[in-house]
Amino acid sequence: MAKRSAPEVNAGSMADIAFLLLIFFLVTTTIEKDSGLNRKLPPMEEDVDPPIIKQRNIFTVLLNGKDQLLVEEELMEIKDLRAAAIEFLDNNGDGTCTYCKGVKITSSSDNPDKAIISLKNDRETSYATYISVQNELVAAYNVLRNRRALEVGPQNGFTDMNFVEMQKNYKDARFVGNKTKLKEVINQIKVEFPQKLSEVQ
Amino acid sequence: MSKFKKKSDGGTPAISTASLPDIVFMLLFFFMVATVMRENSLKIQNALPVANQVEKLDKKNPVSYIYMGKPSAGYEKFGTESRIQLNDQFAELSEVGAFIGAERAALREELIPFLTVALKVDKDANMGIVGDVKQELRKVNALKINYTTGVGDALNNIK
Repeated sequence: MAKRSAPEVNAGSMADIAFLLLIFFLVTTTIEKDSGLNRKLPPMEEDVDPPIIKQRNIFTVLLNGKDQLLVEEELMEIKDLRAAAIEFLDNNGDGTCTYCKGVKITSSSDNPDKAIISLKNDRETSYATYISVQNELVAAYNVLRNRRALEVGPQNGFTDMNFVEMQKNYKDARFVGNKTKLKEVINQIKVEFPQKLSEVQ
Repeated sequence: MSKFKKKSDGGTPAISTASLPDIVFMLLFFFMVATVMRENSLKIQNALPVANQVEKLDKKNPVSYIYMGKPSAGYEKFGTESRIQLNDQFAELSEVGAFIGAERAALREELIPFLTVALKVDKDANMGIVGDVKQELRKVNALKINYTTGVGDALNNIK
């Protein structure tokens, strides 16, 4: 029998297949980027008298070792915490806050500048619960700041942009618009609703 | 007879290697895209909790990582309590300050105030160890911290 040489495989389409695979993986892989809750710790200061703060301006949140939540001496579910925190921050007891929409009861905070949320935890509190509570408290601030951003934004030429989007746009290099103005608006809102969240040791 | 007689030597024809560069480039690109630069190999369990009010950790500023969690399988001899991991090894609480000092020493001077400490804590860890670490960070004046979390509904953390 005569030996027949094997016909050569056409490799011209190999590059196409390779590119197809390459594009598939390009599209489907995501690069993990770290994200999280940014916090600032209080500086270590020795023998400084703690400022006297009225009890009604402090919103105490206590997490015990069994992951139970005690808000202003009352048991609460984590899902209700956000609304309670908003109510406290937005209360406007002394009427100086013109942009607040709170109910102005005298037993709650004076204005957002004076309102402080104090978060206290036990050693046995689980980290997962702690993060959930932190998240809800940050959410409360974000809700108020978003609301304010939708009021302030249009006057400065940033319509339909809430606070979170403003911050995102400010960091985005592709954002077209007046960044210095945007920064001013962001800072104004940050001053109007300062994040005063104290983590007690 | 004929001038153009086919030579049938019967040997195997050479496989075309023209597409080899394509395959190599494909692999190269794939690994370039999919690789996450991991600084440390973890010796602890590190399942992060989730939150939905997260901000992206800005990589423009320097970031140092502190890991906390229970020793993972194979490291049981370190106990079942949550431990701190700095770089590639288990560390004691007292080493946190020195670690931050070392991280700062590696930075350009103007970047030092912007150093963020990312706390990557396992969700089953308790707050005791986290509180201790925070206290250590305050001692060395490293006040910018970030609780690194995944993205998701925070109420799912509690089961």
